[in-house]
Amino acid sequence: MITAGIDFGAKNVKVVILDDEKIVARGSALTGFDLKIAVKDASEMALKAAGLKLDEITHITETGIGQGSVAFAADSVSEVGANAKAGVKLLPSARTIIDVGAEEARAVKCDESGSMEDFVVNERCAAGAGAFVEAMARALEVELGQMGPMSLKATEAVPMNAQCTVFAESEVVSLIHAQTPKANIARAIHDAIAERVISMVRRLGITEDVLLVGGLAYDVGYVDSMKRGLGVEVHVPELPEYVSAYGAALVAQERAKE
Amino acid sequence: MLIANYGYKDGSGEYFITLDTDKCDGCGKCVEVCPASVLEVIPNEYDIEDGDIMGVREEHRHKLKYSCAPCKATSGDVEPPCVLACPTRAIIHFLSEAKGQVL
Amino acid sequence: MTKKEFWRWPEYRHTVEGIDPKNGKVISGGVDIGSVSSKTVIMVDGEVFAQSVMRTGSSSPDSAERTMNWALEDTGLTLKDVQYVVGTGYGRVNIPFAQKAITEIACHGRGANFMWGPTVRTVLDMGGQDCKAIRVDEKGKVQNFLMNDKCAAGTGRGMEVFADLLSVPIQEVGDRSFAVKEEPQSVSSTCVVFAKSEAVGLLRSGWSKDEVLAAYCQAMAHRVVDLLNRVGVEKEFVITGGIAKNIGIVKRVEKELRIRALKPDQWRDDPRFDPMLAGAAGAALFAKVLYERSKG
Repeated sequence: MITAGIDFGAKNVKVVILDDEKIVARGSALTGFDLKIAVKDASEMALKAAGLKLDEITHITETGIGQGSVAFAADSVSEVGANAKAGVKLLPSARTIIDVGAEEARAVKCDESGSMEDFVVNERCAAGAGAFVEAMARALEVELGQMGPMSLKATEAVPMNAQCTVFAESEVVSLIHAQTPKANIARAIHDAIAERVISMVRRLGITEDVLLVGGLAYDVGYVDSMKRGLGVEVHVPELPEYVSAYGAALVAQERAKE
Repeated sequence: MLIANYGYKDGSGEYFITLDTDKCDGCGKCVEVCPASVLEVIPNEYDIEDGDIMGVREEHRHKLKYSCAPCKATSGDVEPPCVLACPTRAIIHFLSEAKGQVL
Repeated sequence: MTKKEFWRWPEYRHTVEGIDPKNGKVISGGVDIGSVSSKTVIMVDGEVFAQSVMRTGSSSPDSAERTMNWALEDTGLTLKDVQYVVGTGYGRVNIPFAQKAITEIACHGRGANFMWGPTVRTVLDMGGQDCKAIRVDEKGKVQNFLMNDKCAAGTGRGMEVFADLLSVPIQEVGDRSFAVKEEPQSVSSTCVVFAKSEAVGLLRSGWSKDEVLAAYCQAMAHRVVDLLNRVGVEKEFVITGGIAKNIGIVKRVEKELRIRALKPDQWRDDPRFDPMLAGAAGAALFAKVLYERSKG
């Protein structure tokens, strides 16, 4: 049976198409300012890759910030619910799934069946989300994709004091003026975001295995800081950005059978 | 009477530790029980008359959300150790996260 | 000096005419080193005699020295003649010539009482990187306070980010925010970073820059009123700090509070009432008391 999951992220809209539990295609488009256009672009990309037509999809489930705003899917699921479902499917031993996207961070504790037990969400403050790293990369004049590899070359830990993204930008600029190596600044940035994410997750208790998902999980500097901060091994699936959409598509499979 | 509010409100919620400096005699019992070393005893800087009062350390003032999180129950109203330890009930803890929409 | 230049926090100094420091008993000084501007007030027997406002440089001691020396320029006084100096502001512990540092909360409360009189009960200080809500008694003694310097929302810095984004000179923000047919809906995000993306979206959907400015000024006013409500607002109410000169914020704060600020325009005619100087004035008053105490 063919189902699809749509994840409306702050930055990108992601679509995953499943045949039973197997991913057959995916697509993504910049969220921009018109969700209708974004979801159309992302789904057309996925349908084309799958060689399918929209009416061949039995059930579509959506998740993310724009859910419900575009009449496209049959129903919806929370991001944390979708993450729990997909996380356990990708890594059966996963019990804590941490998702950091562009504008929000969330963590979910789940059981072996992928059912949610508890969760925490942080939104509406950029300092606790991927937007923080993006803004810092701009201040450092480093490409976002270079932040991770650069951070791994750090020789020393420098403290970052500002808690607000706007104030942290000025702090990065003064660190550059003080001749602090960019690698060390990059690591300070990753440590800062990891510290905030970890304090949030501690509220759930850290149950292994820990799986990092969401766009920021592509950043090896962040992953390294999370590993050091948590003091346990962390796992990152392939294409971490698509995990929520995959979860929504898995939920669609279940719901279609009902 | 002087009320000192330490903390902040940002997009994610409100996080304050409030002290009634008239009630606080600077005994430091709250400092002893705080597991995250958030509190300290400082000279009363808000009045040029001297005397010691409880204060929130500079490095924690901007991250109470995180520093105080371990003492904050995810549900229910359990008072944190600093509030319970204060013999004069001078401390109020106010940590309130904005709620995200969960389906 | 035009209104627009004032809003840009120009560096300036001023000597009050008709005061001869040679006849005074106590010459006291207050130095307020903020994140954006450094201010000095020199008082003779508790009355303002000279003042200066400068941009804060990278070092607090240098900034303190420069603003103090400039305030004293052409007054016939030197630093040695100033019997007691109190430092305040975020750089207060780094003022080499200050005998004592006092928190800006206490200084703003005391200074607002001095500048606007004993009826002042609530002070909103909006600086470059912080925002303070202070309740005071009839003597200007602090009763309840709250400071936000954690988050750029509600500070001068947030406004700068928007001026930058829209390429509108910061001194035009206040007036332009009223050049709209109808007050638009407020920007919904508190976080400056998210408000910025929201603003980009609004511009793309056809909003004018003025409308976006109005929407942001409103959000900022809402934000500071929120902080004010935490300490409670009672008349009389005054606004101090650099943003007190931004009419786009002041008017909206007044509207939301349903309370008029006390004489928000007095500084235009008399520089002694510059709302940026409240902290330095309070510090100079504390300096006088401390000097007198030290002499028994």
